[in-house]
Amino acid sequence: MAKADRRKERLDRGIKVRSDGIYALLSWRELAYLVLPRLVLIVGLLVLPLVMPSLYWQRVISNVCLYALLALSFDFLAHYVGLVSLGGALFIGVGAYIAALLNKYLGFSIILTIPIASIAGAAICTLLLLPCLPLRGVYFAIVSLMYPLAAMRIIEALNIFGGTDGIMGIDSFPSSWAEQYFVIVMVLLFLFGLRRLVNLDIGLVFRGVKDNDQAVRASGMSITYYKSVAVFIASIMGCLAGACLTHIYMFSGISLFALDFSILPIAATVIGGGGTLAGPVIGCFILVPISELLREFGTLRIAFYAVILMAFIVFKSEGLMVYGQRKYHQFERWVKI
Amino acid sequence: MLHVEEATKAFGGILALNRVSFDLYQGDILGIIGPNGSGKTTLVNCITGFVTMTSGKIFFKGKDITGKPAHKIADLGVTRTFQIMRPYYSLPAYKNLVIPLFSPRAKRTGGWRGGGKLGDRNTVGIDILEEIGFERDSFVPYKMASSLPTGYLKRLELARCLALKPEIILCDEVFSGLSMSEIASMVPLIERLQMDGITLIMIEHRLRELFRVANRVMVLNFGEKLVEGTPEEVMANPKVKEAYFGSEEVEEVMTYA
Amino acid sequence: MQILIYGTINSIALTLMALGFALVYGISRVPNFAHGAIYVVAGFITWTCLKALGLSYFLSALIAILITGVIGAMIYRFMLIRVRGMAISEIIASYAIGLAILEGLRWGGFKGMTYTLPLFIPGSVNLAGVPVDIHRLLLIGIGAAVIVLLWLFTHYTRIGLALRGMAQDERAALMLGIDSDLMALLATAFGSMLAGLAAIVLLPLGNIVVEAGYNVLILAIAVCIVGGLGSWMGAVLAAFLIGFAQILTVVYLGSHYQMVVALLAIIFTLILRPSGLFGQQKELEERV
Repeated sequence: MAKADRRKERLDRGIKVRSDGIYALLSWRELAYLVLPRLVLIVGLLVLPLVMPSLYWQRVISNVCLYALLALSFDFLAHYVGLVSLGGALFIGVGAYIAALLNKYLGFSIILTIPIASIAGAAICTLLLLPCLPLRGVYFAIVSLMYPLAAMRIIEALNIFGGTDGIMGIDSFPSSWAEQYFVIVMVLLFLFGLRRLVNLDIGLVFRGVKDNDQAVRASGMSITYYKSVAVFIASIMGCLAGACLTHIYMFSGISLFALDFSILPIAATVIGGGGTLAGPVIGCFILVPISELLREFGTLRIAFYAVILMAFIVFKSEGLMVYGQRKYHQFERWVKI
Repeated sequence: MLHVEEATKAFGGILALNRVSFDLYQGDILGIIGPNGSGKTTLVNCITGFVTMTSGKIFFKGKDITGKPAHKIADLGVTRTFQIMRPYYSLPAYKNLVIPLFSPRAKRTGGWRGGGKLGDRNTVGIDILEEIGFERDSFVPYKMASSLPTGYLKRLELARCLALKPEIILCDEVFSGLSMSEIASMVPLIERLQMDGITLIMIEHRLRELFRVANRVMVLNFGEKLVEGTPEEVMANPKVKEAYFGSEEVEEVMTYA
Repeated sequence: MQILIYGTINSIALTLMALGFALVYGISRVPNFAHGAIYVVAGFITWTCLKALGLSYFLSALIAILITGVIGAMIYRFMLIRVRGMAISEIIASYAIGLAILEGLRWGGFKGMTYTLPLFIPGSVNLAGVPVDIHRLLLIGIGAAVIVLLWLFTHYTRIGLALRGMAQDERAALMLGIDSDLMALLATAFGSMLAGLAAIVLLPLGNIVVEAGYNVLILAIAVCIVGGLGSWMGAVLAAFLIGFAQILTVVYLGSHYQMVVALLAIIFTLILRPSGLFGQQKELEERV
């Protein structure tokens, strides 16, 4: 029935087959094919603060990395475990408040607050999200959406944790270099760590939960348990980001539960390419600077991300990273039918 | 081994299972047959904990497993396949097995043919696939599950159960969707499972093939147990003929059984 | 006595807020996160018609409801229809739409003054010694009428029955010749209109602010979860439960605890009885 006389055909490049599945690396060229993109990413990130020393850009770089942590956690949960987290702000807020409280009222130094806030925060977030884990996916989305909104209102209404004013006077990082390199290293660690994790056996179980959770149950494993582990891992990243945030801005308030943190990671993931884990990071590199430029427009930013997000989803775009990977790994040609 | 007592399940107003009781002994191959909608899959769901029964009790090796969560029941060794096949489509075939091999039970028992200790899951996965009939040296075990034909997928379902070194496998229509030759090659597999000491319950519509392997058969109709006995006894029973089909086709089946 | 009256008022208010969401979810299984946004939009449209165009209150209300219905239909027709069936994308898309509208309004909407809608009938009466605004009494009347009309509609008209059929089992409905896309479109439109109606009735009691949109979303979701996602009668019952619980906390603990009640209600429901009061879907079980 086709009227065309030719069709497009996509084939893996020979070099990919040799270097990827079979690992028969025969030359430097093939080694470079594999290693080069990753090297560019690592070196690029590490060199960035040196290349852009102005204070403004330093802030931007830190912000990019913090959002990247959130975006990584969203991508991991959504595309490798099947849980759509609409409330990344929950992780940020919890991490930030714990770090702030530890620092201000207990006098813990930054070396202590960040790890403790990450882990304790992750435990708290996992507990909060626990009730919806045995249930169908839509419940997780709803509950995760609600928590940041509710938290904002509750803190404001009950006037706890500093109420609308927030907690101020928090220590900052020892130097701005420490600040930037810490978050950059964290992003790199988590990015490559997660990529490794999803191919480990336990990562396969997570992917199994996304694919077909009844089969996982039938294999004798509790899906609630594995989902909680996944949520814990994701929330460590989010709470870490929150803790760093509060030390960078020396302040912690209900604005840390803002929708910004919920929607930008999602937009970054969709634009950058969901499921690739590197895509969301790239997406952040694009969106965060734009968001800084749009700061004068106030919360219109959020509407802007939302519109972009909608456009991408509705037009079923695959995302930059996926597109890039496809171009890198495959070539296309027209074939006569 | 398995003692089911007055299993009843109501979905709103519909009684899918109505006081079904039976016993399963070690080494049996029990066939469960019945027309569509007679509650066979619901029975499997109830036994394996995917659905909570309205009333009734289930005992496995003397222990009451009524109402236990599905993954705990699988952990005890009562495994099942799914009528609507659902492998992990995004993973290659052998990786499909790594997931069940990650379960606590597999860790304890080492999986099928594993002598009590679990080695590298990838290799154990490929071993199990080879036993099940995937040719080892070919690329078949490495193909994506989404690209495998039905016969292989049915074996994969069984392999997923075997990874847990099961005591019981409840097979929900493993023969359906297979060609005659594929079924012919499945039957020795089933017999091999039995020789390994695994007890099987098989829900089937393909009566001829079922009667070749089963040593006892139970018939369900509208959620109630109609008859239980050896294949010959069951086929001779007039109530079964009435429940299933008209009168003439029964003759044909009987001559081949 | 005071508790009884204000409890009822609050409960009916919650019902109005939640019914729109329950309708859309029950029929198309898509959670309409833009529900709160539509609520606020309806308020603004009414205000514009009233103040800027000088139309009568009734006319403004009617126009607002119709426009929100159209907006809902458009949301479905142009966005949701493209992502139906892909769970992750549905949720993200609906969320994005809601956020876009709400935050867009926050920035580009009317600024400077506080915007209010006037009460339908100002003044108050004394009911068994308790002063109650007449508007609030009207609220009860309108709410009760909506519930009854909805019940009648879904039980006795063809479209209503078709909607119910789809809510119960989409495949069976398709087999009976019911166009599920059209039904979902109508459901989204109706749900939006209900949100608009709720806005018109409830906004006069406060100001038109974007925050109200988020509050409505949270409360609507809370009511629907407690009542069971997909069950309309459950939503009504849950609205009464939560409504009275909120009033009780206001009386005995202080008015800041209202949100806490909603949140706790959701958590308790998910832990104790996930399918809600009248949940039609067995959330934990799956037909295999």
